[in-house]
Amino acid sequence: MKRTSLWLGALGALAILLTVAEAKVLINAAGATFPYPIYGKWFDEFTKVDPDAQINYQSIGSGGGIRQFTEGTVDFGASDMPMTDEQIGKFKVHPLHFPTVLGGVVPTYNIPGVTQDLKFTPAALAGIYLGKTKKWNDPELTKVNPGVKLPDNEIVVVHRSDGSGTSFVFTDYLSKVSPEWKSKVGSSTSVSWPVGLGGKGNEGVSGIVKQTPYSIGYVELIYALQNKMAYGFLRNAAGAYLKADLNSVTDAAAGAAKNMPADFRVSITNAPGKGAYPISTFTWLLIPSKIDDAGKKKAIVSFLHWMMTDGQKYTASLGYAPLPKAVVVKEEKQIALIQ
Amino acid sequence: MTLRNRWRKSLSYVMLSLTGVCAVVAVSMLFLLLGYLIYNGWRSIDWDFFTKLPKSPGEAGGGMANAIVGSVEIILLATIAGLPVGFMAGIYLSEFGGKTFAFLVRYMADLLNGVPSIVIGIFAYAVVVVPMHVNSPVAGGFALALMLIPITARSTEQFMNSVPQTLREGALALGASKWKTIATVVVPAAYRGIATGMILGVARIAGETAPLLFTSGSSSYMNTSFTQPTASLPVMIFYRATAPWDDWHRQAWAAGMVLLFLVLFANVAARLILSRGIAVQK
Amino acid sequence: MATSAAVNAPPPAGAQALFRRLRNGDEVARLITLAFASSILLATVGLIYQLWSTSALPRHKFGFGFLTSSMWNPVSGQFGALPFIYGTVITSVIALLIAVPLGLGAAIFLSELAPARISSTFTFFIELLAAVPSVIYGVLAIFTLVPLMRDYVEPALKKPLGFLPIFSGPISGFGYLTAGLILAIMTLPFIISISREALLEVPAEQREAALALGATHWESTWQAVVPYARLGIFGSIFLGLARALGETMAVTMVIGNDPSIHASLFSTGYTIAAEIANDFSEATGDLFLQSLVALGLVLFLLTIVINAMARLLIIATTRRGSAHP
Repeated sequence: MKRTSLWLGALGALAILLTVAEAKVLINAAGATFPYPIYGKWFDEFTKVDPDAQINYQSIGSGGGIRQFTEGTVDFGASDMPMTDEQIGKFKVHPLHFPTVLGGVVPTYNIPGVTQDLKFTPAALAGIYLGKTKKWNDPELTKVNPGVKLPDNEIVVVHRSDGSGTSFVFTDYLSKVSPEWKSKVGSSTSVSWPVGLGGKGNEGVSGIVKQTPYSIGYVELIYALQNKMAYGFLRNAAGAYLKADLNSVTDAAAGAAKNMPADFRVSITNAPGKGAYPISTFTWLLIPSKIDDAGKKKAIVSFLHWMMTDGQKYTASLGYAPLPKAVVVKEEKQIALIQ
Repeated sequence: MTLRNRWRKSLSYVMLSLTGVCAVVAVSMLFLLLGYLIYNGWRSIDWDFFTKLPKSPGEAGGGMANAIVGSVEIILLATIAGLPVGFMAGIYLSEFGGKTFAFLVRYMADLLNGVPSIVIGIFAYAVVVVPMHVNSPVAGGFALALMLIPITARSTEQFMNSVPQTLREGALALGASKWKTIATVVVPAAYRGIATGMILGVARIAGETAPLLFTSGSSSYMNTSFTQPTASLPVMIFYRATAPWDDWHRQAWAAGMVLLFLVLFANVAARLILSRGIAVQK
Repeated sequence: MATSAAVNAPPPAGAQALFRRLRNGDEVARLITLAFASSILLATVGLIYQLWSTSALPRHKFGFGFLTSSMWNPVSGQFGALPFIYGTVITSVIALLIAVPLGLGAAIFLSELAPARISSTFTFFIELLAAVPSVIYGVLAIFTLVPLMRDYVEPALKKPLGFLPIFSGPISGFGYLTAGLILAIMTLPFIISISREALLEVPAEQREAALALGATHWESTWQAVVPYARLGIFGSIFLGLARALGETMAVTMVIGNDPSIHASLFSTGYTIAAEIANDFSEATGDLFLQSLVALGLVLFLLTIVINAMARLLIIATTRRGSAHP
């Protein structure tokens, strides 16, 4: 008798403990791998600002983020590709797009023996991913890299195997610079790649390129930086060869900052301007315009405010560009739309 | 000795040595595996690994405390749901089963056993995650329980059947009812085999990854709730191993080592218990 | 009075009999365990039903074309299972081509040649291999096997044999061959364990008869013992095949995620299980998701058939006893 009452007491205490522990607000989010390093950092830091809020972010790709957000298995989503009208139409509660940072998609490669940074023309990049440019010492590449001894090896092409906003940005750019790409493949989060093997997430692609000699992949800048991988110069619309960095990415958003549409859905690939990095993009959080749970709503709104102000301070160290001021002002107004 | 006979003899010698080589290769696989894991994982095991939460990508350090707790939660749910059901079903099959129904149950159990774990994951997703609108240990535990039940049922049946009929007849002769015989005589006689069957079953589901991918999800926080996405050791290993950051690879090795040791330990323990013989000899 | 008589009338015979039976503890026990056993039936039937109903869209849209089309394009909404079926079959075949000779050889050694202590110790270790979780094989495959294949094995094969279509094309270390190899290691313990048991069942007279007729040790093994156990050996092969077909994690990590058909073994591809593992939580749109479930259904049916054949073969050996086939 004594023993059973002891057990019951312990179970009761455990139950109380568990329920008290759940006074924390648990928010689930899922989506793009592109901004995963900064989102991870943000959600970590935000817990220090608001200890009761725990935002659990699952980095599964923009496609997955949109899908889970649509199904309601997560509280908010994240995507590098703005949702299409068709996707938005599936929501009962209208979803809002909140740009968070600016980032650049870089061509990262792994060529043993080549230490210089390579220059890529739009035609070369399209050719590689179309499967027409098969070897590293193809004339398309050698003619713009005169001082570099490119080997006679076949290029191992790596792309995304999952539904990816990064893929969308990359293919969006390729569609703009290569009519052949546009007609053969097109742009989307998930296309029918002519060649290459697939990695899962930005993580998967950079993982494969890092380990595989003579490979090339497209990843967000921070993945190349953190893993000390080489990435190349890309020729932009104005003819200049640029590497992705804070300035070149911010430059690409200059036009959009001035003429940002009300719903923040915009593409800034192949932007005009001498200093603009051609494969730049915003990335968005997808927030419902009506959140029933008061605790979650408070936490999410509080996070959005924090993200636009203090959060932006963490961007530079992680290789992302902060939002232009004009955009932040507009976003603050959109927060008020969340009921 | 004729030439042909000499050829036949040398062929015999060569082929039989080759089989020996095959056997050595097969056994050495295990040790190569263990060796690689220990070599790569040992350096990454520290106190942090067991106590700290994972850091954001790219930052060094952190651990897998949440994955360990999550795995325990999920396996606990699976065993609570799966072991009793399997045990009872096994008793039915060995003690009460009629001809056709028992045959059907046995067939279905073997069928369920042979279903690839990813397909079980699809089923669990449709039946648990979709109505619940969230990834959770409940869904993961459901999937793993579905795998545990047929294993436990068949092994329980097997060991119950191995108890000699004379034991049952003795008890019945003394006036015990059938269920009392089962509960107080047969099951205790077969308990060793049944217990090892259960241990082996749990060890098998402990390492399963595929069904957890879209049922229990993943998380970077310590989660004690049974209805929120939870990290688990095998899923974390998968994500860490396929990522680019060296630090994450390090953690994948360490976690792999921990998981493998736990599984192997359970397997070795179970087999040693079994090799000591079941409680009653035939 | 008539009403009270009606109220006091005895309950119908069936219910009375049931109630009496339920007072008997044995009956209760039988019903309880029966209920638990039926849950297995329920679960399996539920599984099959769920797979069938949640794959309705692609089945209606594509019909049997789903199995023969090699076009997998989530954007345009075209889904064909052929690349995945091809990848699943090819990697399993490669696995068997490597595991069967190796496994049979080891099984012969362990049953015919090795002294009992060594045989059981070796078997103990080999059976432990079967307990290693798939994701751990995957970790090893990704970090040790892939570089090995990419830097040594595949170039070594390509140099002399590169003119053959199966050994042509770019080398990345990922792909059918690597996946097949890791699958081989994973199916090895099953083949060894079951074949060894089948070989041990062979009565000594078979071997002795062959030896008495002047056969060498190898000849008696290969021509008398092994054929006698062939049903069990085939059973082990089918079992290994069923395992290989459904294997997910290790293959996902090294197959290269390329949903198309390639002739070269060095090239990347996809298997059914790997595709489901990668895309299931992210498939956008009902057709995509249901096509993945349809893939699961295909895999399910495939493994059922192979498993059934395996069990039939294994049962046939044990039932045969000492009767000659």
